[in-house]
Amino acid sequence: MASIVFATLFYLATLLLVVGLLYRISTYARTPAPLKIPTTPAPTTTGGVVLRMTREVVFFESLFKANLWIWGLGWLFHASLALVILRHLRYFTEPVWEWVAFIQPFGMYAGITMLLGLCGLWARRMFVERIRYISTPSDHLMLLLLIGIAASGLMMKFAAHTDVIAVKSYFLGLMHFDVGVLPADLLLMIHLSLVVSLLVVFPNSKLLHAPGVFFSPTRNQKDDPREKRHLSAWAAKLESEK
Amino acid sequence: MADITAPAYRVIPLIPALKPGAMEGKGPFVAGEKLNEALGFPGQLVEDWHDRAIGKMGDLLSRYRSLKVFMDACMHCGACSDKCHYFIGTQDPKNMPVARQDLLRSVYRRYFTLPGKLFPKLVGARDLTREVLDEWYNYFNQCSECRRCSVFCPYGIDTAEITMAAREILDTVGYGQKYSNEIIGKVHKIGNNLGLPGPALRDTLEGLEEDVKDATGFDVRFPMDVKGAEVLLITPSADFFAEPHIDSLIGYAKVFHATGTSWTLSSMSSEAGNFGMFIGNYDQLRTIALRIRQAALELGVKRIVVGECGHAWRVAYSFWNTLTGVGEGADANDHFAQMLQKQLDHRYKQPAHICEFTWDMIQDNRLTFDKSANDKHIITFHDSCNVARGSRMGDLPGGQFEIPRNIIRAVANNFVEMAPSTTREQTFCCGGGGGLLTDDLLELRVKGALPRMEVLQQAVDEHGVNFMATICAICKAQFTKIMPIYGFDRKMVGGVHQLVSNAIQLGPK
Repeated sequence: MASIVFATLFYLATLLLVVGLLYRISTYARTPAPLKIPTTPAPTTTGGVVLRMTREVVFFESLFKANLWIWGLGWLFHASLALVILRHLRYFTEPVWEWVAFIQPFGMYAGITMLLGLCGLWARRMFVERIRYISTPSDHLMLLLLIGIAASGLMMKFAAHTDVIAVKSYFLGLMHFDVGVLPADLLLMIHLSLVVSLLVVFPNSKLLHAPGVFFSPTRNQKDDPREKRHLSAWAAKLESEK
Repeated sequence: MADITAPAYRVIPLIPALKPGAMEGKGPFVAGEKLNEALGFPGQLVEDWHDRAIGKMGDLLSRYRSLKVFMDACMHCGACSDKCHYFIGTQDPKNMPVARQDLLRSVYRRYFTLPGKLFPKLVGARDLTREVLDEWYNYFNQCSECRRCSVFCPYGIDTAEITMAAREILDTVGYGQKYSNEIIGKVHKIGNNLGLPGPALRDTLEGLEEDVKDATGFDVRFPMDVKGAEVLLITPSADFFAEPHIDSLIGYAKVFHATGTSWTLSSMSSEAGNFGMFIGNYDQLRTIALRIRQAALELGVKRIVVGECGHAWRVAYSFWNTLTGVGEGADANDHFAQMLQKQLDHRYKQPAHICEFTWDMIQDNRLTFDKSANDKHIITFHDSCNVARGSRMGDLPGGQFEIPRNIIRAVANNFVEMAPSTTREQTFCCGGGGGLLTDDLLELRVKGALPRMEVLQQAVDEHGVNFMATICAICKAQFTKIMPIYGFDRKMVGGVHQLVSNAIQLGPK
């Protein structure tokens, strides 16, 4: 029974995630940026913009300038999350890719640092007056959701083992639209339910910062307004109307 | 208004505690019917303001990627929360950039996102009520669009873009701000923000020629409406009569004189400032900028040079090419832009900042200076926000910081920097930018200047600084007004070209 419920949930959630994200991204891409508004000093070449975006996305450069605590905790969380997600690839590949096998131990410790980062971010949200002021219930809940995912995952590793071989064959099956049997394990059920929730929440919330950052005109525009005339379609119409 | 006192300096610049409601109800005067209607806005708050406001928000979301992305992407991480000078000075939490954005974002979520429609409380979504609208008016007129928050945001969210959108919505429903709308009306009617008509302008310029002749013995000209001049100078109208602005205008004229450059002002287009940006209205922004295009075409000039003005330089540098074709690189079949771009001389940057012009001349050894003429000054430089974070000078990123400093070093012996966390891209706004330079906002202006005044005091104590140079008409006007309240001499502030003017040698080399 649980096997079928989770199969349905995962298919639906994945569909929502993909469709939701594609829709959002296409909206961002279709909406024109009528004026040149890079936050200067800004790169003057495309290569420079790629470097700026890379520094932003990989190292959180602006956040580093802003606040070392938020930067440290945020970067710890994101880097750990990336490792943890990569580690999970082993549940979806057979045979497991070599580099995925290689990062397994790092991914395991990353689970712990991810939890630490999340708890630190949550502590800031609760104890720093300014950040408490701007927080909505959903801000807290999203951190709790991620904390729940990390904690339940870690418990399956360190407290009560789940039959990971069965889990893997279940997910490999799902990938071929073949619903197998999911181990009846409470921690696993919790972990998977929370992950499904995350997939659904993602394209409908502030988690859109992930694709959003790539479309931010203050970061992705070249600083060349004098050299090249920049004109959006709706602004060009104003000229032809004259 | 006379009882406004300066807030105390922070001994150690700690982030201030929150004082909710500290700046509630302290917004500027509302624009009256005539001012609004002159710009094509409804005279007063329309009855169906709710629907029109939401409609306008949807329209802006579909036309501005910045707004769309910025509404979605904020994580409430708090990186920006202590970066705004108005928050530091007033302690009102709604002056934190993220909280200011959230005034609009909460309504966006309610009307444009599924979670906000289903679970408004959970995601901090709010109905657009009259209270919310008043809150918009109050707090979006307490943002100077200085972009300091955008430097620190991990997604580059620029509160200026959100403030502009909010002001555009407010104007659409007839709830505009008096100061900005009044000034825009004057540009349309007379050609400059101060409402200085052509004949008065000519009078002023003739008076200046006499003054400079008396002071230097040289016939430095201040030409107006000269067809076929090489350079058209577009400068903030405050330069024509306000102190200390006028001293920089004299400086530009001396540079043109000493380099033998033929130049002209335009009586029809005698304003560099463009308050259309402040109210976030593209049509106004464009219509105001088109006067410059028209003047350039009519006078047949080869170069367009812009005087010392912060947001004007942002508009000129970043937007003029888009709005008017002043620039380079238009498509061959873009007749609108080509008409002008064929006329301009592309050996030079179009438009150019007066500091770029002067620095080029200094590098070509076409100017000589007596640096000792500035020895009475120990000088520091206040980076103006819109120049620092919304424009560039020269060929390299950051030229907007180096070139004015290079000029100061070329014309004076004593130059020191203020604290690095408050200069260059991290500079603080003077406290009066973005359409807030009005006496009905004096309390906000005084409080918003706090972080700049703190580090200026530090520079005074450590280095004996007695002159703060800046290249913005609003900075100059704001500082001369509020610095006495902080116990500084108002004469401490002046333009970079004021220093140039002091030291430049006009005779043959």
